[in-house]
Amino acid sequence: MELIDQHTKSIMEGCKERARDAGLRFGDETLEYIVTNRDLLELSPKMMIPTLYDYWVHDVEVLKERGKYELYPSNPYETVINTRPAISFYNDNNPDWLNVMIFYHVLGHIDFFQNNVYFSHTWDMDFAGQALADKRLIARLRSEKGRWVDYVIEFARSIDNLVGYHTELSRMDRPQTTRAGKRLDFYFDVFLQSEKKVRIGDYIKEIERYNESVREFGGVGEEAFFSEVTQKHPEFESIFQKSLEGKSKRKLDLPQFLLEHSDFLNKEENKWMKSVIQVVRKTSLVFQPQIRTKIMNEGWASYWHETLFLDDDRIDGHEVAFARVNSGVTAMPRVGLNPYALGMRLFYFLEEMADKGKYSFAFRKLLDANEREKYDKGGQEWRGRDFIFKIRETLSDFSFINTFVDQDFVNENKLFVAGRRLNRQKQVWEYFVKSRKAEDYRQMIIDGLYHPPAIRIDAEKSTDGDLYLNHVFEGYPLVKDFIPNTMLGIEFLWGGPVKLETSEVAAATEPVRPPVMMIPGMPLQPQPEREDYEVKWQRVLYTMEDRNLSKTILT
Amino acid sequence: MKDNRHNLYERLKNRGLTPEQEDVILAELHDDGDHGIPYTEDGDPAAEPNTGKPIYAFADLPFLQRMPPPRGSYTTALRSLDELLERDKLREKDGFPRKIRVGRLIKPGKGGKDKVVVVPSTVEEKFIHDAVKPPDEDGDAGGSGEGEEGEVIGEQPVREEGDSGAGPGQGEGGPHEMESNAYDLGKILTEKFELPNLQDKGKKRSLTRYTYDMTDRHRGFGQLLDKKATLKKILETNIALGRGPGFEAPETIDPSDFIISPRDKIYRILSREKDYESQAMVFFLRDYSGSMWGKPTELVVGQHVLIYSWLLYQYEKQVETRFILHDTEAREVPDFYTYYNSKVAGGTQVASAYRLVNEIIQEESLYQDYNIYIFHGTDGDDWDTDGRQALPELERMLAVANRVGVSIVEHGRGGAEVARYIKNSGLLKKYAALLRLDVMGQDADESRLIEGIKRLISTEKVAAA
Repeated sequence: MELIDQHTKSIMEGCKERARDAGLRFGDETLEYIVTNRDLLELSPKMMIPTLYDYWVHDVEVLKERGKYELYPSNPYETVINTRPAISFYNDNNPDWLNVMIFYHVLGHIDFFQNNVYFSHTWDMDFAGQALADKRLIARLRSEKGRWVDYVIEFARSIDNLVGYHTELSRMDRPQTTRAGKRLDFYFDVFLQSEKKVRIGDYIKEIERYNESVREFGGVGEEAFFSEVTQKHPEFESIFQKSLEGKSKRKLDLPQFLLEHSDFLNKEENKWMKSVIQVVRKTSLVFQPQIRTKIMNEGWASYWHETLFLDDDRIDGHEVAFARVNSGVTAMPRVGLNPYALGMRLFYFLEEMADKGKYSFAFRKLLDANEREKYDKGGQEWRGRDFIFKIRETLSDFSFINTFVDQDFVNENKLFVAGRRLNRQKQVWEYFVKSRKAEDYRQMIIDGLYHPPAIRIDAEKSTDGDLYLNHVFEGYPLVKDFIPNTMLGIEFLWGGPVKLETSEVAAATEPVRPPVMMIPGMPLQPQPEREDYEVKWQRVLYTMEDRNLSKTILT
Repeated sequence: MKDNRHNLYERLKNRGLTPEQEDVILAELHDDGDHGIPYTEDGDPAAEPNTGKPIYAFADLPFLQRMPPPRGSYTTALRSLDELLERDKLREKDGFPRKIRVGRLIKPGKGGKDKVVVVPSTVEEKFIHDAVKPPDEDGDAGGSGEGEEGEVIGEQPVREEGDSGAGPGQGEGGPHEMESNAYDLGKILTEKFELPNLQDKGKKRSLTRYTYDMTDRHRGFGQLLDKKATLKKILETNIALGRGPGFEAPETIDPSDFIISPRDKIYRILSREKDYESQAMVFFLRDYSGSMWGKPTELVVGQHVLIYSWLLYQYEKQVETRFILHDTEAREVPDFYTYYNSKVAGGTQVASAYRLVNEIIQEESLYQDYNIYIFHGTDGDDWDTDGRQALPELERMLAVANRVGVSIVEHGRGGAEVARYIKNSGLLKKYAALLRLDVMGQDADESRLIEGIKRLISTEKVAAA
């Protein structure tokens, strides 16, 4: 890999200046590399992180027929990687004007990485450097432990989609609570309401008493208040202390739980495995936000490469070439989803709506379609921009789509949900307009979003050295073929029997299909659509013990 | 050809058909496909239709920068197949299931005659959600543009999906494919997957090939002294000269007294030897009728690649192959590439293929010189529902063949005639050593394929399931 030449780098620096003037914020330093096909071959299995640890699966073609993006959520062909300084990759022979466009796109991504709160746990991290340290650690372990390192990597990776990413995030920006504040909250929110179940009148009196005590004693008012409380309810203090203990237990994800509670991993001779698991878990956490912000990230970058490119004075004369490439990237397909196009349109739409003041209570109250259309309380030029900057900072794909894809947006862009059905008579797949309702369109996108299963550790049912996992049912079963090997890995890391409770299809009702009459030369009656496909579910329990899997039906 | 099919259909109908049989036949009858070799092209990734492509399939490098996905040359494959399989073997020793699959994506290369492209592949298993969908409907996609709700806005032929017969031709292969010699693959199959070695390789045939060996003896001079023969000669000479006084009492013999004539020394010298080796003729028969669309073809062809490789190794490359495709009529194709890639279409008449095999064997008197193997892959659906024509042909083949292996991939779209009539015919018992039948589901994976091969080629006399 080579850095881009000085001339191209100066173009990049020019882009940075203009992007900053437009309001984007990103670190000063960036690294741009030229990649060849051969480089890509090595980089893509490592998610474009040049320093990622070695693992034999990276050298093998990985089967991708099923659940590709659920299994390998990080995209292997991304141009920018989220590290400090941000690294991006380029084709060798891009003309300058194209580089200008790509650089703006890249800067859009970097801005997104460094400002969207879903990435906040990566903000103070040089991931490429971290990965290099991890790679060396694993290489050293491999020289000592041989292929067992690869087994541990394999088993750790088999549960790396179950990391508690949101738990980790929620810990990042939590407001500090004081112990005193906690006691007060507990007294009024939990103790009086759930423990004592006082009547509303008494509850209000108690609040009044508190307020009076603060008025009277000022700074020590709260203490004075609680001294009376303990006289009245001597048990309060102990109940409060107990609740604090319960709270202090962190919610652990499966890899963390194994690290802390597995007897096997905590044996002296197996402790090295823990560092391997930690590397895998940490790496997975770094990649989590990327897949959860795909539409926003690409939309944001496309919005900016288009906006900034057209204002750039350096590219005069290349507008037509740009238009060709740009439309290839950002055109809405007739059938299919394009995150670049969808995200970009939504950002434009939001900017326009906010410019007109349409994200306001006053607008929401309006019911008259005509008035809604004409509504324009804008005027301040940057209002829409400010609004979309705020959105790029605070939302993820789910909240972005769920909040803002409304009927106006769907109508304006002529969007619809396209269905696909088999026409047996003509032996063709038919594409048809299934729905133009915003809620259907929204649901269709949301159904396609990355969503790993929720697997909880059931402490109460984990007895006798068993580990009891509970798959929270959300309408989908787990991929059956993958259960045995995944559980085998967990059993290895846990060092005892592992149980998994999950839901499976008990029976699916096939609608009765009228017999097909085939008369040569005559058209067939159209087949009814299969709306009445119903599924009956049952809870099952898998048990992995001594590398043998068994299954029992629970309900 | 179309007319032939219709005539055949009329005749069959007159004989009486069950409704299911008729459905299957009609589906194939009204099918307008052809058997061409699918045209493949390296497309511009951005130009591909993205219907149903999830949003995560888009990435900046291919989409924005139009960079083609990396394609590995064989030299950049970081590990050899052997190494990977060695690792896999160790896994088994350590008590974990194997993870490397070979052959799933095997296809013959365009170039060399006995090259196959091997893509070792694996999957990283995790807990992920599966889809629950009615079989005939596919997931919804997004769309934009004009059109009323309910309006059909486009059609896509069903066949295009898997590039029809090119179900095997899974695109242009991934970045890590390795070209491997079919012979090596056969070796790997034999060694690593414990496919049996053939004990008796049957008839041997002289080849116009010579090996040189120190087999001839020569007196007086040569390359290597044959001590035993020389000693014998010396004894002979001395007895003839009457110099053996102590022969009645052997312990008195004194070898140092022996006279040694120069002509008693016997040497071995290099000589030209004619070589005899057994060799095999393999017929691969593939049903490429319309009903074979998709998975069944993929499995059948995948299995045939593996069998071919295994035989190539067993017979030390002394294997000749013939490839026969059949729908209602059979034709011989010149190479594996055509055999592998021809698209499916048309009806099914198993007998046509068997008849062609018999004709070839008779005309070329192949049974005199060759060990004949016949492998037939089909989905088990046959217009000749009770095997009235196929069975006699099959019996004729059994008379000359070393092994006939029929693999049937059931796809649940009706038709299990072949399995049924073969079982009912009693041929499996009568020719237990020669005929094997293997029935698998269309979800069979590679290990099942290899299991199937073992069943097809094993020499144990078991009635196949």
